[in-house]
Parts: sequence; structure tokens; C-alpha cells
Amino acid sequence: MAYDDSSEPVSGSAIDTAPDTVAPPDPGAARAGAPSAARAPEQRSPAHESAPAARPADGPAAQTPARPGAAPPPAGPEAFPQALKVLVAGGFGAGKTTFVGAVSEIAPLSTEELLTQVGAGLDDLTGVEAKTSTTVAMDFGRITLDAHHVLYLFGTPGQERFWFLWDELCAGALGAVVLADTRRLEQSFSAVDFFEQRGIGFVVAVNEFDGAFRYSPDEIRSAIGLAPEVPVVLCDARTASSGIRTLVTLVQHLLTSVTAGEATS
Amino acid sequence: MTVAKDGPWLDGAAGRLIRPYTVSGGRTRPAVALDLLTLVISTGSMPQAPLGPEHGEVLGLCPAPTPVAEIAGRMGLPATVTKILLADLVQCGAVTVRPPSRFQDPTDQSLLEAVLDGLRRQL
Repeated sequence: MAYDDSSEPVSGSAIDTAPDTVAPPDPGAARAGAPSAARAPEQRSPAHESAPAARPADGPAAQTPARPGAAPPPAGPEAFPQALKVLVAGGFGAGKTTFVGAVSEIAPLSTEELLTQVGAGLDDLTGVEAKTSTTVAMDFGRITLDAHHVLYLFGTPGQERFWFLWDELCAGALGAVVLADTRRLEQSFSAVDFFEQRGIGFVVAVNEFDGAFRYSPDEIRSAIGLAPEVPVVLCDARTASSGIRTLVTLVQHLLTSVTAGEATS
Repeated sequence: MTVAKDGPWLDGAAGRLIRPYTVSGGRTRPAVALDLLTLVISTGSMPQAPLGPEHGEVLGLCPAPTPVAEIAGRMGLPATVTKILLADLVQCGAVTVRPPSRFQDPTDQSLLEAVLDGLRRQL
């Protein structure tokens, strides 16, 4: 990132943005160049929705990787958007694949992974064929949020006993949507338990199947035994808008948890 | 490129006709650590080392930053096998990667707000 400092336009615009943010904090912002300049627009994003336009620092950097053969790794960060992950869990047939497919901008993909019963972290190369391995499939979808953030949805395998073998699935997930089918509500218990144990924020989305009895969110909350702060929403996994609203509820819930955590600490 | 673009060559009864780890030359571990959400982008430099047709196919799937999971899905290969192919391409400089971990702090308020704004624009 050091090369940014020598670039005239970048340092100039970094100073330009400083008066906008009347902010007394962040004394490093004007001086430190690239790292803090890259973060500043995000911090202002709630006030300025057009944050991408106010990111002059991307100009020179974004062009760099296009040059073939030019050693790209150091130029990487600006070329790559932030990849974010949200998990979509639930029992068999709860609508995970449908949900991911409805909100995804690409045709949903299925990726499979071979997990061994012994434990994914303990394999060595000898005797792999002697272990019982299981193929689990997950659904995968994408929502491009803006030029710098892409949200990826991972529909988790229905057999939740494998999740514990699959640390990678949960690593770094922002949060999770637990889809529940009121006809088989007990199938969502294990997903709820799992995310509670892992400390991953989640919402419960009741997929309103045709022909299923409709319960109120409060009835479902008490049936699953959810903590009062966990949101319960009704959704139709087949429609994109309903799925997106569920994700909005999830992120609002995560934000509330963050601010609540700050208030108590 | 003789490999069908429509995914793995399948037989109704026998399943996959080419076993997944054949593609990776029997290797079961990628040489470079990759996550399902590691973003991959081709650098434009062609690999000099002799690589299989699947390597070329993988390379064609990441002209823009693309996560490992998406490449695996489009290739119709298990994620591990895809990672082995990608690790080969990383080692010969044909792709560059960016791991996601340091940007996935679920308590980063400004990040969550950016996600919220982006989601609301979808409605």
C-alpha cells in the first residue's frame, strides 16, 4: 500500500475529505494514507449513500491488476470486493435451496465437499480411502451489494451433524438464517442450537408453506425456545423480496447486538 | 479444451465417470491454503508449467474476483479438488487470491451498515 503515498491525486483527495467529516477522531486519517483512507468511506456510508463515488483512492489501484504479468498480489486489495458470508440453515425440506435461489443474482450453484467421519482437521494422506467419507452438498448464491461488498449465501447441508466437521462453513460468517417449517418445527432445533453454541447471530424465518397451519411468531418463538432478542419473521422462500427482507432483519439484528454489546461494555 | 462445459461427465447408474481426485492427480490437499470464500482472480499471465485441461477451465472462470465455492460449483467438482487446482494456478502465478478472514468481523458496525444499505437497495 506504500505506493499510494507517492501518488499525488490520492493524497490530495484524502485531505479534501477531511473537512467533510468534522470528525475530531482518527488523527491518522489525513496522514496515514491508504489504510485509513480505504476505511473512511465505509464509516461515512450511512450518511452518504453514494459512498462509491467518493472513493478516489480506488482509481489508480483498480487499474493495476488489469495489466497482464504485472505482479498483482500487492495491488490486490482494491481490486477485490469484500466477500461476506451468510449461512442459510434449516431442516430437510425447509426451503434452503429455494431461499438461496430466490435471492441470488446468479443461478444457484451446488458445491459438494467430501468430509471424513474422523474429522476434517485430522486427516493425513495415508489411509484416507479406509475412512468413511461423506459427500455433503451446499447451495451457493450471490448478492452484489455495491462495488465493494458482495454477499454470498451458503445453504448448509441438511444433515447438521456434519457441520461440526466443517469449520470452514461457519468461519467468518456474518450471521445465519434458520428456515423453519411449521409442520416440522423440531427440525430447526439443531440449527438453532448450533448457532447459539458458536455465537453466530441468527434469525428464524418461518417459511410459509401452502397448506401449513399458520402460527404467530410468538408461538414459534416459545415452541423453539428462542431468546427474546432473536427475531422471528414470516417469509416466503420463493420470492426474492421476502428473502431480502429476511436478510435485512438479520443484519438489523446483528447491528442491534453490536450496539447493545458496546453499551454494556 | 475437450472437457464438457456442462459439468462432470455422469452416468446414470455409475455416477461420475471421472473420479474427482483423478483431476487433481490423486492429491487430496491443496498446496496453498484456500477458503470457500477466498476470492480468486486470474492475473492474465499464462501458466508455463504443464497443467491439465481442468486448470484451463478453472482459469477461464475467474476473470473477475470469484470465490472458490462458485468456481467449484461451476466446475462440478468437490471444493477440495477445486482448491487443489487453484493452488496449482496460484503457485505458477496464473491467479492471485484474497482470503476473506480479516474482513469478516461480524461486529464491524460500519461493515454491517454497508451490508444493510446494499440489501435495502435490492428491495
